[in-house]
Amino acid sequence: MLEIKNLHVTVEGKEILNGIDLAVAPGEVHAVMGPNGSGKSTLAYVMTGRTGYEVTGGEILYQGRDLLEMAPEDRAAEGLFLAFQYPVEIPGVPNTTFLKEAVNALRKHRGETPLDAMQFLKLLRQKTQTLGMSDDMLKRAVNVGFSGGEKKRNEILQMAVLEPKLAVLDETDSGLDIDALKTVAEGVNALRTPERAMLVITHYQRLLNYIVPDHVHVLAKGRIVRSGGPELAQELEDKGYAQFAAAAA
Amino acid sequence: MTVMSNGTTGATDFDAMFAERRANLPGAGQPWLTALRDFGMDQFRRQGLPTTKVEAWKYTNLRPLQKIAFAAPSPFDGSLQPGQLPSLLAQDGGGRQLVLVEGRFCPELSRIGDLPAGVSLEPLAEAIRRDPGGLQAYLGRIAHPVGQPLLALNTALMEDGLVLRVGRGAVLNEPLEVLFVGGVSPQAVAYHPRLLVMLEADSRAALVEHHVGLGDNAYFANTASEIRLAEGARLDHLKVQSESPKGYHLATSHVWLDRQATFVSFALSLGAQLSRNEQHVRLEGEGARCRLNGAYLMRGRQHCDNTTLIEHLKPDTSCREVFKGVLDDHSRAVFQGRIVVHRGAQQTDGHQLNKTLLLSNTAEIDTKPELEIYADDVKCSHGATVGDIDEEALFYLRSRGIPEKQARSLLVQAFLGEAIDEVGIPALHEALLSRVADWLGTD
Repeated sequence: MLEIKNLHVTVEGKEILNGIDLAVAPGEVHAVMGPNGSGKSTLAYVMTGRTGYEVTGGEILYQGRDLLEMAPEDRAAEGLFLAFQYPVEIPGVPNTTFLKEAVNALRKHRGETPLDAMQFLKLLRQKTQTLGMSDDMLKRAVNVGFSGGEKKRNEILQMAVLEPKLAVLDETDSGLDIDALKTVAEGVNALRTPERAMLVITHYQRLLNYIVPDHVHVLAKGRIVRSGGPELAQELEDKGYAQFAAAAA
Repeated sequence: MTVMSNGTTGATDFDAMFAERRANLPGAGQPWLTALRDFGMDQFRRQGLPTTKVEAWKYTNLRPLQKIAFAAPSPFDGSLQPGQLPSLLAQDGGGRQLVLVEGRFCPELSRIGDLPAGVSLEPLAEAIRRDPGGLQAYLGRIAHPVGQPLLALNTALMEDGLVLRVGRGAVLNEPLEVLFVGGVSPQAVAYHPRLLVMLEADSRAALVEHHVGLGDNAYFANTASEIRLAEGARLDHLKVQSESPKGYHLATSHVWLDRQATFVSFALSLGAQLSRNEQHVRLEGEGARCRLNGAYLMRGRQHCDNTTLIEHLKPDTSCREVFKGVLDDHSRAVFQGRIVVHRGAQQTDGHQLNKTLLLSNTAEIDTKPELEIYADDVKCSHGATVGDIDEEALFYLRSRGIPEKQARSLLVQAFLGEAIDEVGIPALHEALLSRVADWLGTD
């Protein structure tokens, strides 16, 4: 589903990604772990098409198509989703309005009829149950006044509603206490299917106790320096990143 | 005609127009009204149409208006049908709508219906005919034309408009819509509608001013409003300006508030080549409150000026002013907000905010707050922001599949939504939101 080949990315004149190779197939959950500054978020942002990231080499193929050629909304329409590390607040846009517009944009792209307010609310209610999100949160403006945990849950709610094919979770565990983490992880796990793939970007191994990956990759200084199974995460927890940083230098 | 160096006559000879029509204007047989008109004309003669050398008009250039030779409107030829006219009120036909075509009342297009006890509503020309004496104490007193050339011109040439009187304790619940229709005459005309609104103690009313232009030609609508709110009275006022693309809309409004009176106003500016809303509010009694809000959505080469003067004359008065704008293409907006807190107006609470969203890098806003404070126990603040759309928010929406144009539209609506929420007539929120959506849709 996803093939990243020798990707080089420069941000503000500095090369952050130095040749990333990664392949993800449907149904797989890949964890990408690395120390701060290794380029984890850069990878996520380049994939979703944020400006300010210059691809200086390599390519990303998503379902066989050149992902980098596509506008952000088209990537989303094709089933790519990023759960942001720091979701932005959007005053004046109610959460429900936003979600409905997103769902209907997707339906339009797929040639399906848009949902009206009632139909959408019904769909939304189903999805909010598991995440424990109140009606009040839905009426409020997107992420405005939300706690860190609520913002992350809102990201997972969007994921549940939009049903992406490839979900990239950028440090979904950052700023969460253990209970919030469990709720978010449950939400993510509930969305694991044989057709859906996930890229879980994280600094700490803890999240991976709850969202158990199929593959783990270590990112250091802009390259994947080691790949392995879930046990690699434990190894990182025990030994730290230092050895990998040294290897990457 | 003598004109001082900071004014000009322009292509329209208003002096000749006045001389010609003076004997036939409503109230020509009333010495006090004739004297008022003469005074107005005299005041206009001293300055003429303001140029940008006049401080209050520094950012709004009337030269394009000055180049056009406007005529007085001809009598309405009956070419409009009621069904053709827009309305901001609910479409079930129940709303009260008073229609003025090029400044003149059209009974055949209006529907007033029965009025609640204590409420009197008349076109101005009729009120002058029927009971001129009853107007003498108010007309031209609340809006006194000294030093205000456009108001002075209106004072001289006004023919028709509205007189709304709400008696002590009376309530006019359903909003009354006054529809001003311009652009009907094939030639360029100038007209001067006048509104006189008097609410007695503890009364309430909701008034909607709806200015629309038909067709493509130029015209000049020079409106003036005088509003007096007695003790404890409340007026909810909404103005939507949708003049034709070549129309000129200059409006002056004077509002006096007595003790505990409340004035809640919202002005939405969408149309006209050039428009100016000049509002003067005097908080003359303790505990008087006003909310002066507005929004302006401009594109192309439109120019929109919102100029306000709020005077706090007594203690414990408050005013909150929020003006938000969205400017695209080469449009230009002006915000001049002056707050004067007189000596003795202790415990005044005055807040002013002007926020503008620029959608292009050729759009421009001149924003000028002025605070003159002569009392020492007051709370006053002012703020102005100018910016463009939050790129992070835009990206977030696009990353969820919302196409760029739609995402921008959502963000602009969100920006304005706050201002519209403040409108004191909830029944009209939908109508306003849909006006905003229309504007965004025709991008």
